[in-house]
Amino acid sequence: MTSFQKKLWIGLIIMALLSPLGIILPEKFKAGDAWGEWGTDTLEKLLGYVPEGLKKLADLWKAPIADYNLGSENSPLIIQVVSYVISGILGIAIVGSVIYLISNLLVKKS
Amino acid sequence: MHIPDGYLSPQTYVPLYGASFVFWTIALRKLKKEMDAKYVPYLAMAAAFSFLIQMFNIPIPGGTTGHAVGAGIIAILLGPWTAVIAVSVVLIIQAIIFGDGGITAIGANCFNMAVVMPFISYWIFKVIRGNSEKGMRLYIAAFLSGWLGLLIAALITAVEFGIQPMIAMSPDGRPLYAPYPLSVAVPAMALEHLLVFGIIEGVVTAMLLKYFFKHEPDLIYALHGGAR
Repeated sequence: MTSFQKKLWIGLIIMALLSPLGIILPEKFKAGDAWGEWGTDTLEKLLGYVPEGLKKLADLWKAPIADYNLGSENSPLIIQVVSYVISGILGIAIVGSVIYLISNLLVKKS
Repeated sequence: MHIPDGYLSPQTYVPLYGASFVFWTIALRKLKKEMDAKYVPYLAMAAAFSFLIQMFNIPIPGGTTGHAVGAGIIAILLGPWTAVIAVSVVLIIQAIIFGDGGITAIGANCFNMAVVMPFISYWIFKVIRGNSEKGMRLYIAAFLSGWLGLLIAALITAVEFGIQPMIAMSPDGRPLYAPYPLSVAVPAMALEHLLVFGIIEGVVTAMLLKYFFKHEPDLIYALHGGAR
């Protein structure tokens, strides 16, 4: 690994450690979900109903770490903060491994 | 911009899976043919970067949140086809492991953020930079590339949302999938990406280009005509 690459990896780790800003700031400024990414509960509140087709598909998949949160939706903020950092590190590890795997299958050695 | 399951009708998400599949196939072929093993660590870091930058949700006080994607800077540094792979891997992992974006919407989300965005960003960068090899013009080109790339991706997403009420209604006239028409979805998504999230994407794109230009200028794909 070159020293430049090492610097970049360190930058990425720092990003993962700072990632909880991405939940703390929205909480502080009372900002909700991204537009069009509401859960069925929120839709019920917004519209007074949940569209039929949407309801059928909404729970199709149960993600192992839904919303980057290891606790539940009502867990204290600290759980979410810790979950976020863990998700960030896991994210680096998983997407990095998948890329190396794909590259190993495809890319010729120089 | 991660469309969840249930917001798109099958008439929308199936063709978008098809569209993304075409781009994945071409991108993988190009990767196999053109990419050298020494760029693999950069590809891995690019994907990790895109994953992480998307965790930084930016609040609009009292309103919604959004985030940068990083597809523009990846396209500038590694080429748009490489960006297709890097960002698609991120979006697929986000959907499967973290429930961010739906499983049925993987094709749509990859089309919007991993196809439309890198190509638009790359093209804007190339056009605005012209023949400049350095200086302010490069960074202005990078800023606009990130800003407009994200904006146009958001607009396409808004159109996908907004056409749902036209495609599928229940017998009592209620929408079956995403409930808001184009006249609501497009302005909502356009404004927030134009004024807030796109600006952040642009600044990040310009700053990172500057960093790479200073430390590893030979790496920058968009400055070398793409031949590698």
